[in-house]
Amino acid sequence: MNTALELRDDLKLLQQHIRPGSQILDLGCGDGTLLRYLQQHKNVRGYGLEIDPHKITACIANGVNVIEQNLDDGLDNFTDQSIDTVIMTQALQAVRRPDLLLEEMLRIGKEAIVTFPNFGYWRTRGYLMFKGRMPMSETLPYNWYDTPNIHLCTFRDFEILCRQRGIRILHKAVVDGQHKRHWAIRLWPSMLGEIAVYHISR
Amino acid sequence: MPDTIPTDSVGLVTPQTQHFDQPLTLRSGRVLPSYDLVYETYGELNADHSNAILICHALSGSHHAAGYHSMDDDKPGWWDSCIGPGKPIDTREFFVVAVNNLGGCNGSSGPTSINPETGEVYGPDFPIVAVRDWVNSQARLADVLGIEQWAAVVGGSLGGMQVLRWSIQFPTRLRHAVVIASAPRLSAQNIAFNEVARQAIAKDPDFHDGHYLKHGTIPKAGLMQARMLGHLTYLSDDAMRQKFGRELKEGRLNYSFAPEFQVESYLHHQGEKFSNSFDANTYMLMTKALDYFDPAADYNNDLVACLAQTQCRFLVASFTTDWRFPPERSEEIVNALVHADKDVTYACIESESGHDAFLLPIPRYLAIFSAYMQRVAREVNV
Repeated sequence: MNTALELRDDLKLLQQHIRPGSQILDLGCGDGTLLRYLQQHKNVRGYGLEIDPHKITACIANGVNVIEQNLDDGLDNFTDQSIDTVIMTQALQAVRRPDLLLEEMLRIGKEAIVTFPNFGYWRTRGYLMFKGRMPMSETLPYNWYDTPNIHLCTFRDFEILCRQRGIRILHKAVVDGQHKRHWAIRLWPSMLGEIAVYHISR
Repeated sequence: MPDTIPTDSVGLVTPQTQHFDQPLTLRSGRVLPSYDLVYETYGELNADHSNAILICHALSGSHHAAGYHSMDDDKPGWWDSCIGPGKPIDTREFFVVAVNNLGGCNGSSGPTSINPETGEVYGPDFPIVAVRDWVNSQARLADVLGIEQWAAVVGGSLGGMQVLRWSIQFPTRLRHAVVIASAPRLSAQNIAFNEVARQAIAKDPDFHDGHYLKHGTIPKAGLMQARMLGHLTYLSDDAMRQKFGRELKEGRLNYSFAPEFQVESYLHHQGEKFSNSFDANTYMLMTKALDYFDPAADYNNDLVACLAQTQCRFLVASFTTDWRFPPERSEEIVNALVHADKDVTYACIESESGHDAFLLPIPRYLAIFSAYMQRVAREVNV
């Protein structure tokens, strides 16, 4: 089990913001790949929260601390500023109140990292405009009625929310659907970027 | 009765007895001058003695956790679903030790043993033991077996409380703590149930203040009532509805006070079976140990400060319909461990079986338990 892990590019972008030896909380940690990578390469300590039974078992096999907890039930059990970095990858759009969860992340964590899909991506805009239907893509593969993504937003929406809530954006990186960076995305991220990695704090 | 021993069973096992002459000072201040512990082992201890697992039993459990004593046994040990080759506690990887607790009635010193000082049966004079006394006695057995550090100490319900106590009392003597369907201490409701059970026993005219053996009697009715009450708190409303509903024994109402509903005869059967095999004084004593358990009390009721001493990693698991030790109680343990910055994994397993779920082969439970124990095995066997 000591094989080197390959990380998705958005996770690679994310890990550069993690200080070695820091305390991490990963909200919606999936099978624990990221936490395991950070344990091995950055010597972090921490916990992942997850509700999917199979993913929880995978986390245990991956040797990470996983706690079965629904993000929509709140994070009252974590104390203020007890964690260095709270991470949430690709889950912001699936929770009941993304705004409150963001506030919670920055109450518990000194910093936070959030990644989510851009609903303002040009293909998504085109899909709605030309087909007149709720957009589906590789990043957003669900029908409107069965999607877990109940609070999709654009990069601009997110940045406006941050501004309104007094949340500082320390760094932002935008990638395409294959999690690659590209010169064109850097030119017009809100239109050409599919996934963003935001590093935020108070 | 097994015609053949299943391949995933530890097979035929023989209990062993260890006698201790070194006096044991109990939490109550009383001293047990000498005592016996009866235990079973499954699997092989490895060369560096690093693969040992201690199983802690619950209220009515014993050292017989897995396998069969003879081909005539009706049933295997109480945790056979989780201990054996290829099971979560895989006996091909681990050396498993299961001990009957002091005060028990399955061979370890307890109310039915002879008091060496008087030459008579202890009866109610056997000292009330606390969870920490069990843990101290288990540690002495570990010394005898040459086990400096357990790979894991594992238990459900009252067994989980012993695991917690191990992690606090002997932080360096276990690598992992597996605490299943347990609680950091009993609630008022839990204590109340225990008291009703104790009163049922104590008020039985055959109890004779605990000296029933001297009188040649057994407080059978009281013990039956205690078990019936206990048993129904281990089941969930859902499980009882599914298993019995309002089904009638004879298919019609008899307008009598004899048991008519299936659920009534089931409880009678459970009570009857238990009252024939379990000692009433042991039942009283075990429920007291449950009531008294409260490790945070030594730390100003601060469970975080209490668990701050621990050095092992934890797996905590609960079951959705367990109302005797509901998930919130396990989550108290998990949250305290998180606040104390300890390694902890927690799963709340969907089940309809109430508190008893921890004894059952529920697929998700077995998957989590196996994944965790395999991680423990990787740590100690390489």
